[in-house]
Amino acid sequence: MSARPRNRAIATLLAWGASLAIAFPLLWTLLTSFKTELEAVAFPPRFLSFDWTLANYRGALADGEYLHALVNSVIIAGGSSALVLALAIPAAWAMAFAPTRRTRSVLLWMLSTKMLPPVGVFIPIFLFYRDWGLLDSRIGIALLLAAGNLPIAAWMLFSNFREVPGEILEAARMDGASLRQEIVTVLAPLALPGIASTFFLVFTLAWNESFWSLNLATTEAAPLTAFIAAFSSPQGLFWARLSAASILSIAPVLLIGWLCQRQLVRGLTFGAVK
Amino acid sequence: MTAALLIRRRSYLQGPARLLITPAILFLVVASIAPLFATIKFSLTDYRLLSPGTSGFAGLTNYAHLLASPDFIPAMVNTLALIAVVLAATIAGGLVLALLLDGPVIGRGALRLLVISPFFVMPPVSALLWKNLLMQPVSGFFAWLSGLAGLQAFDWFAHAPLLSIALIVAWQWLPFAALILLTSLQSFDHELREAAQLDGASPLAILRHLVLPHLTRPIAIVVMIETIFLIGVFAEILVTTGGGAGSTNLAFLVYSQAMLQYDIGAASAAGLIAVVFANLLAIFLVRAVGRSLDA
Repeated sequence: MSARPRNRAIATLLAWGASLAIAFPLLWTLLTSFKTELEAVAFPPRFLSFDWTLANYRGALADGEYLHALVNSVIIAGGSSALVLALAIPAAWAMAFAPTRRTRSVLLWMLSTKMLPPVGVFIPIFLFYRDWGLLDSRIGIALLLAAGNLPIAAWMLFSNFREVPGEILEAARMDGASLRQEIVTVLAPLALPGIASTFFLVFTLAWNESFWSLNLATTEAAPLTAFIAAFSSPQGLFWARLSAASILSIAPVLLIGWLCQRQLVRGLTFGAVK
Repeated sequence: MTAALLIRRRSYLQGPARLLITPAILFLVVASIAPLFATIKFSLTDYRLLSPGTSGFAGLTNYAHLLASPDFIPAMVNTLALIAVVLAATIAGGLVLALLLDGPVIGRGALRLLVISPFFVMPPVSALLWKNLLMQPVSGFFAWLSGLAGLQAFDWFAHAPLLSIALIVAWQWLPFAALILLTSLQSFDHELREAAQLDGASPLAILRHLVLPHLTRPIAIVVMIETIFLIGVFAEILVTTGGGAGSTNLAFLVYSQAMLQYDIGAASAAGLIAVVFANLLAIFLVRAVGRSLDA
């Protein structure tokens, strides 16, 4: 029996070692963000014995460019996610509660549009946006991100709604509830958690999207992805600054991601893995 | 769900239901199907942004030029190599992580958070952090590690740009593979495993004959979903090598043909090849997922 606790200790040690190694680049970045630029490039690297400073964060927050990009990211990711829900909730609701012979093919067709790599439609969209003044506009980007995330949202919501027991809805109908009452008082409370996690997933995907946002948003509409990408051609020492800007850019969705990691599996596998 | 069951569940909502689905379908048609047809049209056209007079039907000239161009084959090979390396690394690493986290460990919740984190990092951030803080050959962290091991520091982006990019992308997708495999492992029948243990089966035999067969389907799903995203790897290349040093993939080729060489026709042809490639893989995914609808 003495092998049991020892196995447990070894398993725990190995798992923590591996997990910390995976997270190490982020932990290292967090550490670097509190260093001065000189200490950031010190060799051998400094682990904890350096003059901790908040100067990089102060610098990033005082920089109008970061705040501008943050606002753009919030508007683009929030706007596109809201649009996605506005389109996906009714569609998923109808497919889950009033399925027809074609429901299955509609779902699979939606999924198939996800197979279309963005480069396959990049040229016409770029030319169209150029002619219609949608280049470097937040609405333009948000529309494209919405199209990319709509299939995922429709699938997630569909599999969510389908788990609402039909008997409850029938009971409400029997009691004479109108369609509106049925939705507001019975369905909404049951479906809200699923809707919330769907919103967070598509928000996260939109926040991190780095094809359209890097190609079509150059200055005015540039979100955080473009702000960070601008660090690729820097001058002088910039590691500490890059680290602080990176932490500030990923923190919001990292928190969201931690909160709904379980729904993530289902959402990204289109319900194939629960 | 079978068709018969679907019809039985059909209710009084027939008319309104169609109205509810239509906006979503219309939006997808306008935003992805219509542009796809435009891409097909452009790929058959001689269309350069800098010389507007030359626009006209060109037959398959763009495809012929593309296939003959010295950039195309390397881009195709790089696309496949990137996908292959990332898939191998994420599935092997994800399997190890999933098995570790499925074991009798203390603090599994915290471990999940650590492991899932890289997935939420935007591509430009992970690419720049890896390139500068870790892989930089003079004062990067890996240079220090190789110094500790008594080795010469490796200049990642100078000597192996594509592999460096693949490593960064693999780090981003490792959590996805690990989480899906872990989810499947947790639905695995632990009594079955214990019974095998009691019968004296070795851990390796259990892994080989019980666990891996159970993971075949989730692994297939990981392969297909990652592939769809990996065909479009772009930002990681843009911010690290800028497509130089033979690290251009198909997605980056479309970008450089259009945005740097202003050749709309050739870029469209390359884009369509990426679409065809993605769809060959998609057929398998749709089949696998379609089966889960019936389950």
